[in-house]
Amino acid sequence: MSRLTQIIHAGRKLWHFHGGLHIDDHKDMSLQRPLRDAQIPDRLVIPLHQHIGELPVLKVKIGDRVLKGQLIAEAEQYVSANIHAPSSGTVIEVGEHAISHPSGLKSVCITLETDGKDEWSNELPEPMTDYQNFSTSELGQRIRWAGIVGMGGATCPSSVKLNPGPGKKINTLIVNGAECEPYISCDDSLMQNHADNIIEGIQIVMHMLSAKNCLVGIEDNKPKALQSMQSAVEKSGNNQIEIISIPTIYPSGGEKQLIQILTGKEVPSHGLPADIGIVCHNVGTLEAIYEAVILGRPSISRLVTVTGQGVKEPGNFRVANGTSIANLVAQAGGYTADADRLIQGGPMMGYTLYDDDIPLTKGANCVLVTTAEEIPSNTPAIPCIRCGRCAEACPVELLPQQLYWHARSRDFDKTQDFNLFDCIECGCCSHVCPSHIPLVQYYRYAKTEIWTKEEEKRKSDIARQRHEFRQARLERIEAEKKARLRKKKEDLENKKTSDTKDPKKAAIEAAMKRAAEKKQKMQESGVKPANTEALTTAQQKQIDEADKRRGDR
Amino acid sequence: MLTAILTITSLAVIFGLLLGYANIRFHVDGDPIVDKIDSLLPQTQCGQCGFAGCRPYAEAIAEGDADINKCPPGGEITMIALSELLGKDPVPLEDEEAADSPRAVAFIVEEECIGCTLCIQACPVDAILGAAKSMHTVISDECTGCKLCIPPCPVECIHMHPLEENISNWKWPFPDKTSDSEVAHG
Repeated sequence: MSRLTQIIHAGRKLWHFHGGLHIDDHKDMSLQRPLRDAQIPDRLVIPLHQHIGELPVLKVKIGDRVLKGQLIAEAEQYVSANIHAPSSGTVIEVGEHAISHPSGLKSVCITLETDGKDEWSNELPEPMTDYQNFSTSELGQRIRWAGIVGMGGATCPSSVKLNPGPGKKINTLIVNGAECEPYISCDDSLMQNHADNIIEGIQIVMHMLSAKNCLVGIEDNKPKALQSMQSAVEKSGNNQIEIISIPTIYPSGGEKQLIQILTGKEVPSHGLPADIGIVCHNVGTLEAIYEAVILGRPSISRLVTVTGQGVKEPGNFRVANGTSIANLVAQAGGYTADADRLIQGGPMMGYTLYDDDIPLTKGANCVLVTTAEEIPSNTPAIPCIRCGRCAEACPVELLPQQLYWHARSRDFDKTQDFNLFDCIECGCCSHVCPSHIPLVQYYRYAKTEIWTKEEEKRKSDIARQRHEFRQARLERIEAEKKARLRKKKEDLENKKTSDTKDPKKAAIEAAMKRAAEKKQKMQESGVKPANTEALTTAQQKQIDEADKRRGDR
Repeated sequence: MLTAILTITSLAVIFGLLLGYANIRFHVDGDPIVDKIDSLLPQTQCGQCGFAGCRPYAEAIAEGDADINKCPPGGEITMIALSELLGKDPVPLEDEEAADSPRAVAFIVEEECIGCTLCIQACPVDAILGAAKSMHTVISDECTGCKLCIPPCPVECIHMHPLEENISNWKWPFPDKTSDSEVAHG
């Protein structure tokens, strides 16, 4: 902890994480216009892949009429989230559709033709306005039902984060209103317009976690948001919530970075904030929690920033889940003539999309359309000159150069030795690199390669186990067969050696002996068989024949 | 002179006893190197190396009877890992064509299956489910893609389906060294 520098900012003691960047924020562009509700398009494409974890299970089929807020895909695994219909309409397709993903690959989506009525389902749960009277698990169930995921971009199902596990005491709730990535202003807009709802959401979560205090970190380039949040706290009269202005430095909005700034504590490598008694949520997530608990509404829309010099009328919109980027950009006045690149997310952490027929999901905070001037693309990379600026900029104190060398030479064990998985992919190193080396690209490449290898290793271990089990089984069957054969053989041999003592033969002999004795006895006593008198000639003939046969034998 | 002989002899006896004791006390069953080699092999049990499975191949490598370049499913990565483990020089793969073929899993066309159980007997990892005169099917998750089930099938109803790239198994490509084409940062 001593490595963090303590600073005094706006009269409060804060800490400063290592590195970071001061970059032009370009946020004014999208804050010129008030927050608007985007129109619900005729067609909504809702991907099942909207969060980290397992995909939810489809609950509708083609032709079904669904109402706004109706459950259309249900989370069956623990790390998964429900998906609800963002508007009323008819399911016209269930199948593969391009989704917002750097790969450009397709995934299963539900296509909904909206009817324009935007009719709410009547099966929504009752509002829990008196949330204080509900238990943590009841509130957790409600949040799980609402399908809320982390709206800062990580899209981790919130019910998972709100259940830190037994034995983990949460003291502090940290609310992320930093929004450090350039261009993006949806959280700013949300805080300016719906501060009361966010504060209510904070109080619900504090009640659930029994947290003692709450620190809301907002970068000081958002004076209006700071002010409206401050007055909302004063209105609520809750003195456990503190709104804190933090210096504007990228990436202060990274979860672990914000925790460092506000508390001076570091989340351990490979650990979670819950390990040090902290849970961190984005302001958007808290507003969604407010809507789920107080209004009984699922997470079906979010604020999205549409910005960049490639858009005619940049601004912030409340967008229904499943609205396509093309549709939203059209509502923002459309593309300018010199629009060059479409980016989902911000310029630092976002990824380029090559198609705009892609639906916006729960984690989509920004659609950025840039001109060639704004973000020049394809700057050729030249060799690393070992200047070390990347290491100075890295907020996690990694050695980006070393990681780069090892990732480039595909020495993945070494990259892990240099803590590759602590990299938050903030892009500071790439941004400062005078050689324009796409450093983060190399780290992302190495990370997915390592994951694939681990998966292959897991699979090969299973295959080995199955193969060994099969071998053992075959050997056992073979041994059993041999044992059976051996027994049969032994039995046969036994029979040969004791031939005279064959029980069948002995029984026949004994019976013959008994019969002979009986016959003799009868002859001795002069008793004749009762049926030998008054015989017909035919019978006598038969008897004679039989006697003759006997005589022959 | 005598002292010297006695000293050397007694030393020899002492060390002999020590070594003899150590041999019994620290005896290792089996060859640990075989396990290490086996853990690097992909466990497809396909027999393309000419041995009856991954473990027999590992044993042959450990004995020095087989080279390290005979595993096509493992490809170059496995060969390099083996060369590092054994301190051998990397050698080109014996069958590069087979190593380049994409990963695939077996698929039984269920309408054509006659339920002969021959493929079930051939599968080295018990990944085929079925019974005599009943339709068989492949448990895709368990299939190693060894193709051993294909030759025994009398009606040729088993096909290999290449594994498709999807969102969950997609990998970031190796960055093009000359351009910053994918990432947004300038």
